[in-house]
Order: sequence, then structure tokens, then C-alpha cells
Amino acid sequence: MTAPAPTAGMRAPSLETIGMSKSFGALRALQDVSIQVPAGSFHALLGENGAGKSTLVKCIMGFYIPDKGQLLLDGTEVPVRNPKDAQALGVGMVYQHFTLVPSLTAAENLVASRADAPAVINWRKERDTLETFLERMPFRVPLDRPVSGLAAGEKQKLEILKLLYLDQRFLILDEPTSVLTPGEADEILGLLRDMAHRGEITVAMISHKFREVEAFCDDFTVLRRGARVGGGKVGAVSTREMAAMMIGDAVVRPSAARTVAPKSGTTLEIAGLFAENDEGRDAVSGFDLKVQAGEIVGIAGVSGNGQSELVEALSGQRPIKLGQILVHDQDFEPIRDHFDKFKIFGLPEEPLKNATVPTMSVAENMAFRRFDKSPISRLGFWLSREPMRAKARDLIDRYNVKTPSTETQIRDLSGGNVQRAVLARELSEDVDVLIVANPCFGLDFASVADIRAQIMEQRNRGAAVLLVSEDLDEILELSDRIAVMSGGKVAYLTPGAGADRTTIGRYMAGH
Amino acid sequence: MNAGVVTVLIAMLGGAIRVSTPFMFVAVGECLTEKSGRVNLGLEGTLVLGAMVAYAISYHTGSPWAGVLAAGIAGSALGAMHGSICSLPRVNDVAVGIAMMLFGTGVAFFFGKPYIQPTAPRLTSIPFGGFSDDLNLRSALDINPLFFVGIAVAVIMAWAFANTRWGLIVRTVGDSAPAARAMGISVDLVRFLSTTVGGFLAGVGGAFLSLSYPGSWNQGLSSGQGLMAVALVIFARWSPLRCVLAALLFGAAGALGPALQSVGVTQGYYFFNAAPYILTLALMIASSSATRSARDMPGELSMAK
Repeated sequence: MTAPAPTAGMRAPSLETIGMSKSFGALRALQDVSIQVPAGSFHALLGENGAGKSTLVKCIMGFYIPDKGQLLLDGTEVPVRNPKDAQALGVGMVYQHFTLVPSLTAAENLVASRADAPAVINWRKERDTLETFLERMPFRVPLDRPVSGLAAGEKQKLEILKLLYLDQRFLILDEPTSVLTPGEADEILGLLRDMAHRGEITVAMISHKFREVEAFCDDFTVLRRGARVGGGKVGAVSTREMAAMMIGDAVVRPSAARTVAPKSGTTLEIAGLFAENDEGRDAVSGFDLKVQAGEIVGIAGVSGNGQSELVEALSGQRPIKLGQILVHDQDFEPIRDHFDKFKIFGLPEEPLKNATVPTMSVAENMAFRRFDKSPISRLGFWLSREPMRAKARDLIDRYNVKTPSTETQIRDLSGGNVQRAVLARELSEDVDVLIVANPCFGLDFASVADIRAQIMEQRNRGAAVLLVSEDLDEILELSDRIAVMSGGKVAYLTPGAGADRTTIGRYMAGH
Repeated sequence: MNAGVVTVLIAMLGGAIRVSTPFMFVAVGECLTEKSGRVNLGLEGTLVLGAMVAYAISYHTGSPWAGVLAAGIAGSALGAMHGSICSLPRVNDVAVGIAMMLFGTGVAFFFGKPYIQPTAPRLTSIPFGGFSDDLNLRSALDINPLFFVGIAVAVIMAWAFANTRWGLIVRTVGDSAPAARAMGISVDLVRFLSTTVGGFLAGVGGAFLSLSYPGSWNQGLSSGQGLMAVALVIFARWSPLRCVLAALLFGAAGALGPALQSVGVTQGYYFFNAAPYILTLALMIASSSATRSARDMPGELSMAK
């Protein structure tokens, strides 16, 4: 076995694709894409969901074999037939979903990832090698704890460390900062950029955060519908122009104006709420918050600080251990009757998993709130299909849900359309309280603008809106007040207008 | 102390050592299989087939150790069958396990009929009780070498999980198949091998049943011990060493009924005989509260999803 060689001089490779094309059946996912990433640079790959960024990097990584096109590393064409080939050439990728083994410690993860790990591991020797390796690295992580116990930021660092430990010099990062605080993101990206500029590595990053692209990247490439539509030096074009390249001619609904909303309606008040996570620890511990009518309160925070558990507790998916929820000064329990009585509606994260039955039809899923009431239900038990379908057709038209028919299984719809179908179900009636979690995750620009406008509209009509989101920009755009959730409770509360990103980031990090 | 209590305790010690051995082998084997992310419920069938094969081979060759080896090979064959069927797409390991359990017992009963009557040479135990005059203690300390083999296998396995490349690979495959694939590990191959080795150990456990204690071959020999051993792995939270302890606990519980009978307590005999089953149920209820056991559960197990 060999320890990773010490860094010496210019080791960063350059990478180039020429005329890369890939089709899946009739879908042309990638059409004739050529990009150039010079050695020692930090490159941004921009594009909407489905623009072909993932297909491109998967072709580079050998997960897909491109139909056409060449891959050049340091100017020479290299054949990459599978991920192992890419690894052998020093091309590695950090995925959006972690590829660490949760029950193994950081040290075990690093050693196990090595192709030449010895049959019997001499831990003392491996520890020494790891320590010397970490000394050269810009950041470190605890080696002896199981990865499942590490914070998201530490896991992300470990993913990057793993690539460097395996001596990979061309790093592809797929939206690496989505789980990090702004502070952590800046730290990690800054250190990687410094390593790149020292000529130790070359980095290509998939991102949709213009702020990060502008602050850390050297050049960028924009993909749209599988084709390269632009690129160049960062700073040479404005953010607005980059966004225009990504969207193309798609019509984006203008963001809804914030109007003066009636302040006299229902309020939502959460007092001293406790709820346990799956491991039995208090994920929500003493959460207090009041949401006025006609107000959006945005909850910011790094994922894993109890936000999911909070939303689950409010929507009846998780037992409430302690605490009180008051709607309009009356006790609220998350049961069906109360949801109806208090007009509480919700849009949970991952709606396909949390708000639909994937194998039931669109019409059935859209009837969840009223299937047991007239006109769908007769005599209290008889379900009639026609009113159900009629209602679904109406909602499909009004909310612009693209589905072949009302009888299609909802899991066959695209993410944006599932989101719209759930939104249609939840917003078509009189809404007093709206609970929304990560509503725009993974959606394209047009859907994002559409959904945000709908949320704003509910606020303007006087609903109390609780918005939980991991996207700080979304929170800053929509919220009247911002609460930062850290360690299961509200750590910081500030008016939305003039809120300071750095301060919010500091509280997100738990300081 | 009351002489009766001492007798019961000694009988339970002996019982724990004797009865625990098959539990130990099956549980340690299943521990390996489950660590790789698959459940083999078919080990009950493997245990019964192992017992039959061991008895038959011992009868024909005159060497009980050849019987043990043959039982292991028969167990590996069943394990390999389970492993390869489960490698096919969209196959559920639990359903295949139940089928394998019926298949294993069925094959054993089919070929085992002629061996119910004859007597085969059995494994000899090592007497450790020579220091004592107490006959009960001496018989309790007549220990079969397989007992020590089982403990050694568990210790080696625990060490290997932490300190060898193979150990890390098995744990990786069991906890995150995507991560394993990203490392270029063949998930199906690792699980196939883990199930095969697990089957080998369960087969050896069966050999102990027919060649040592109770020490004969008949159709009611196992009475669900293979299934209980699978439950025991959950109770032991996927640690080979805890599997040994859990097996000893179950062995002691299993010895409770006969031990009480030996001192003349006949009331509730059937109830005490049912002790291991009641214990299984109680432990399952206690440990399936999930908060603690969920943390140690390999993430790829179908019950973890």
C-alpha cells in the first residue's frame, strides 16, 4: 500500500469535453456540449433542473457512456468507461447525497474507500498516515466518531477530504453548499479556491447560487435543455444576464407584491413545543413562535436543527411530547377535525412522500381534504367518483397542473406538477394558517416563481404563513419576519426588511 | 444456600452451555449475513438440514467431525441458494427466507427418514469438571469443543469487522449500498458470500443438535431454534460478541424447565419449557421500541427501510 503522495507543485489537471452528446430514448439530455476547465481554476456549471448538468458530469465520471464526444484530460483524450476509470485518472465527485457509510467512523470511511486497503488493517499506522494527511489539509474532521453523528458541514468536509485522500485532483462538486450555513459554505469554497489557485486541484461546481459563483468561481458555463448556451469569465456578465441564459424564453411570473394585509385574522401560536427525532432525542426542544395573520414568518436554519421534526409535529406526523399549539387562542391538536375546523393547510417538504399516496390517482390525491364530505361523499360513506373528477379537473385547470388525465397515478407526474397538485388541494379553500416546508426544492425557475407568488397571495389575503426553508434567499425574499432555528429552538428573531445575512448565518451556525 | 437451588443453578449452567451452542452458531452466522444488509430467515431450515446431514455422514463414515464438516457444506449450499436468488432484481429476502426454511426442513425430512432409528457416533465432550466431586457439576462441565469453536468464531468475527478490509467492506455494503457501489464493490457478491458463510455456521449449529445435544436425529429436533436465533441477532444489536451472550441467556432459559424437573418441581413444567419462547417474545417487544436498536441496525436491511 502507498500513502497519498505529498502535494508537489502543479498537480492540477485541465479538463475539456468536445461535442459531448447523450440521449435517453427520445430525450436528448445532452447535445454537443463542449466545455473547457483550465488547470487550477474554479469553474461553475449553471443551469436549471433538467438542463443537463448532471448528465454532463455523469458522462465525465463514467456513469454514462456518451453517445458522441470526447473527454480530454491535460489535453489528451482519455477513455472513461466506468467510475473506476475516472477515479484512476484522478477525477472525483462529491454528490448531493452523501456517499459516506453512516455507521463507519471517519477514519474507517477513508481507509475503506481506498482501493488498496490492506487485508488486515494496522490501525496505529493508518492513524499516523491520516494525521499527517490531515495536517496538510485546510480543514479537519473528528476521525473516531461514526459518520452518522457528524454535522452536515463536517460530512461535506469529509466527502471532500476523501477525494483528496484518494489523490483526486479534479473535483466535481454537485451543489455542495445546500446543507451548509453561509459561513461554512464560504469557508469551504474559499479554501478550495485557494488550493485551486495554488495549482493543487481543479474544481468544477454545479450550483444555482449566483452569490457563490460570483464570489469564488473563475469561469462559468450555462446549460439549457441539454445545450451550452453561454459561458465566460465570472464578473464579465451580470447575474441578471446569467439568469436570463439559464431561463431562456420561459415565462416567469413576476414575484407577487407584498401588500398591506388584514392584521385581524387568525394567529398561530406555538408555545414550548418539544418533539423527539427518530433516535429518541429532543429535536424540537422548547420552540416558541407566534405568527400573526397576514404575515409570513420564515424559519431559517441548517438542516437537521429540528425543522423537519417541527413541521412533522405540526402536521400530525410526529407525536408532540410537550407544549401547546394555539390557533386563534384555541387549543389545536394535529388531527383531521382540527385541521378542518381551524382551516389549517400545509405543503410539506418532499410532497410526493409526505402529502400524497404515490400510487393513487391525481383525482384521489386532490380529494384528500374533502373526500368525506358532500358532494364527494354521500350518506356519510358512499364515495362518488364523478364529483371527485369534476373537482380535480377544475383544480388542474386553475393551477396549471400538467397531467395526462385525472386518473394518472400521481407518482408519474414531474416534481413541479406534484407540488402544484398538492398546492391546488391545499390552497383552493379558505386558508387561515399555512405551513410550508422547502416548497421550491428542486423546481425550475418558472415553478419556483409561481409557487412563491401563491404563498405571497395567501399572506396578502390574511393567512398566517409559517415558511420553513433551507434556502436563505427564499426566506429573505418572502418573509415579514425571520426566525433562525438552531438546536431545536428559535435562536434569533428579526424583521425581514433589512435583515442581515451575516448575522443570520452566525445564528444558524449556533453562535 | 438451599441444595435444591444450587442443583437448579448448576443444571442451568450446564444447560446454558449445551443449549446455547446451536443458538450461538446460527446467530453469529446470521449476524454476518445481516451486517451485509440481508436477512436470511431460512436458517431454521439450514439448522435442520445440518443436523440431518451431520447425523447421516457420521453414521456412514463413523467420524462425527466429518459429519460436522458435511453439515457446514450443506448449510453453505442453502446459504448460497438464498444469496443467489436474492441477487435477482425485485426479490424480497424475507419471502425467499421463508421459502428456504420450508425447503431446508423438507429436504431434511425427506432424506432423513432412514436415519431416525440407527445410532451414529457422536461428538465427544471434554470433561472440565474433574476438580469437583459433585456429579451434577461434573456433568454440567462436560463441554463440547464446538462451544469453544463458536466463541472463537464470534471473537474473530468481531475483530475482523473492525480491523480487516473485508470487515469494512461487509459493513459498508450492509449500511449503504450506493456508497459501496461508488467504491466499485460488488454488493451482490459480498452479500452472496456473507449469506453462504452464514449458512455454513448455521449448518454446523445443526450438527451440534444431532451429534451432541440432544444427540439424535428426529423431525422435532430444532423446534424453532433457528428462527429464535434470528430474533436473537436483533436483540444482540448486530454484534457477534453480544450474540454469544444472548445465546447463553437463551440457553439458560431453555434449561429452566428440565432443571426444575430434576429437583422435583413438576408444576408448570410446560410453562417453564416454554421459557425461551416467552423470552423471545418479551425481548422482541422490549428491544423493538426501536430507539436504541435502530441506531445499530445496518441501514440496508429491509426492515430498516
